[in-house]
Amino acid sequence: MATLSLTGVRKSFGATEVIHGVDIDVAEGEFIVIVGPSGCGKSTLLRMVAGLETVSSGEIAINGARVNEREPMDRNIAMVFQNYALYPHMSVFDNMAYGLKIARRPKAEIAERVTEAARLLQLEPFLKRKPRELSGGQRQRVAMGRAIVRQPDVFLFDEPLSNLDAKLRVQMRLEIKALQRKLGVTSLYVTHDQVEAMTLADRMIVMNEGHAEQIGAPLDVYERPATVFAAQFIGSPSMNILPGEGAGDAVVLGNGARVPVAQRAEGKVLLGVRPEHLVLDPEGAIALETGTSEPIGALTLVHGRLEGSTLDCVASLPGVHRESGLPAIQRFSVPPGLAHVFDAGNGRRLAG
Amino acid sequence: MAAGGHSGMVERRGASLWLTHAGLILGVLVIVFPIWLAFVASTVTQAEIVRPPMPLLPGDQFLENYRKALVSGINAPVATMLLNSAVMALGIAFGKIAISLLSAFAIVYFRFPGRRVFFWLIFLTLMLPVEVRIVPTYEVVARFGMLNSHAGLILPLIASATATFLFRQFFMTVPDELVEAARVDGARPMRFFLDILLPMSRTNIAALFVILFIYGWNQYLWPLLITTDPQMNTIVMGIKQMFPSGDDWADWPVIMATSILAMLPPVLVVIFMQKLFIRGLVESEK
Repeated sequence: MATLSLTGVRKSFGATEVIHGVDIDVAEGEFIVIVGPSGCGKSTLLRMVAGLETVSSGEIAINGARVNEREPMDRNIAMVFQNYALYPHMSVFDNMAYGLKIARRPKAEIAERVTEAARLLQLEPFLKRKPRELSGGQRQRVAMGRAIVRQPDVFLFDEPLSNLDAKLRVQMRLEIKALQRKLGVTSLYVTHDQVEAMTLADRMIVMNEGHAEQIGAPLDVYERPATVFAAQFIGSPSMNILPGEGAGDAVVLGNGARVPVAQRAEGKVLLGVRPEHLVLDPEGAIALETGTSEPIGALTLVHGRLEGSTLDCVASLPGVHRESGLPAIQRFSVPPGLAHVFDAGNGRRLAG
Repeated sequence: MAAGGHSGMVERRGASLWLTHAGLILGVLVIVFPIWLAFVASTVTQAEIVRPPMPLLPGDQFLENYRKALVSGINAPVATMLLNSAVMALGIAFGKIAISLLSAFAIVYFRFPGRRVFFWLIFLTLMLPVEVRIVPTYEVVARFGMLNSHAGLILPLIASATATFLFRQFFMTVPDELVEAARVDGARPMRFFLDILLPMSRTNIAALFVILFIYGWNQYLWPLLITTDPQMNTIVMGIKQMFPSGDDWADWPVIMATSILAMLPPVLVVIFMQKLFIRGLVESEK
C-alpha cells in the first residue's frame, strides 16, 4: 500500500516533448485509469512510473520518496503488460515465482505466495503448464499473478485487456476491479477504451497529445467535462458538438435554432449535447434531418444532420424506433442542465 | 505453428507415384553406391581390391581391417585422429556458440559507443573465409607457440560472424516486453541472458551445433598446415596423409576403414541432434 505522486512530469525524445507536465497525487489504494487515444503519451507516462523510461523533468515519488533514478526492481512496483510478456519456456509457477527467486526469498515462502496467488486467480490446475498451453484469459491471469506475488506498492497495467475478445474483456475487467478492491493496492491502469476507464477508475486522467486534459472521478468527467476533447472522448456514442453564438442563457446555432442552456454563454461557443440527452420533443429547438438509424435493442441510435447545415448529429433514443417510422425532420430538445457550453477558441468549458 | 491444414492434399496414385519413387531410388543409389564400395573395400584384403574386378559384396576382413586402422593406422592410430577431430569439432562448435551468443547479446541489448561499427566489423568478416587469412593467422598461431596443439586447431576458427548474425536476428525477434518484464522482476542483464534468452535460444543452438560440428569436423586446410606431428592429425586430413608418396603401395582396406570411421560421427550428430532439434522446435512454440 502506498501513495504515488507525479509532479510536473515531462518527457522528451530528443527535441520533441511528448509529455507536457502531468501532476497528480494518488491516494493509498486508489485506482487511477489513464485514458486517451493512441499516441497521447499514456503508455509513456506509465512506463516512466515503472522506470522503463527516463523522466526528462519533474518528479515521481512513491510513498513520498523520489524514485526517478531507481531501477524498476527497486521501486517495488509490478507491471502487467499488454501482451502478457510471460516467459515462454517457464511453467506458470516459475513465471510467477521468477521475481521472488531473484529476490532470493526462501523456497517455502515462494511456494506459499505463488500458491496463494494461484488460488486467488483460479490458476491452481495450471501451475505446471507452459504459457502456450493456456487460453488468452488464463495467460492474462498468470500475468496478474506474477504482479500479485511480488506484493508491490503499486500495480501498473498497460492495456492489459486489449488482446482479449469482447466477452472475456468484460469478465476480466470485473475480475481486475474485484481483485484491486480486495488487495487494496494503489493502481495505475492505461487504456484507450473509455468503457474500461469509466468502470474501473476511482479517478481517471484523460490524456490528449501529452496533456492531462482532465483529472477526476469518471462521473464528474462525464457530467462536467473540462474540455471538448474530454467531452467527446468519454461517453459513447461521443458527444455532439455544435458551433453557435452565445446569447446569455441560450446558444443560437448556425441555423438560427435557440437552445436554452444553464451556463452563461457569450461570444463564439461550442454547444455539447450527449446523444442520450436529446429528447424527442415536437416543440424542441434542435431539428434533425434523419438518416440511418441503428437499433441496438435497448436503444436506437438515430443519425442525422442538423436541419439546414452539414453538421452530423446523433441521438440515442430509448427503445426501438424503426427507420421507416421516423419522420424526415425530427425535433429534439435538451434539458438546459444537460447541455454543455465550451469556448470555441480554446475548447475549455465555460464557467457557471 | 499450425501446420495441420493439409488434409485436403491430392492423393497420389498410378504412374506418377511409380515414377517419383523410381527417381528417388535412382538418386539414392547414385549417392550410396560409392559409400557402399568404400565399405566393401574396408572389409576385404588388399589383394582382393587390386585384382579386378572389384568385389561388390563385403568380405571377411571387417574386424581385422578396422582393428588395424583404429590401433595402429598408417602414420598415427585412427583412434587418436578421431579424438583430435572430436576435440577440434566440439571445441569449435561450443566456442563459436558461446562467443556468438555473448556478442549478439551485447550488440542487441546494450547501447555502447561504436555499437554499429562493431556489428559491421563482425559482419564484414563474413566475407573472409579461413583460406584468405590463412597466412597471417598461421603467423600468429606460430608465435603463440600453438602449432601442434588443440588450442591452435580451435582458437583461430572460433569467432563466427555467421552465428553472431543468426543470434542477433533471433534476439531481435524476442519481444521488448519480455526484457522489460524481466527488468521489473529484478533480473540484471546476465541473469536475463542466462534465465530467459539462453533457454529461448536452445533450438537455434541445437541447429547451429549440428552445422558447426560438421564444419569443425570437416576442416582440412587448417589442420594440414599447423599439425606436423602425426599425433595431432585430425582424421579428415589424416586420410590424405595415408596416401603414400612415391612408389609405396597404398593400404586401401585400412584407408577405406578410416574413411568410414571419419563419416560416422557427423552422421551420428545429425541423427541424434535432429531429434533434439525437432523436439525443441515443437516445445518453443509460442
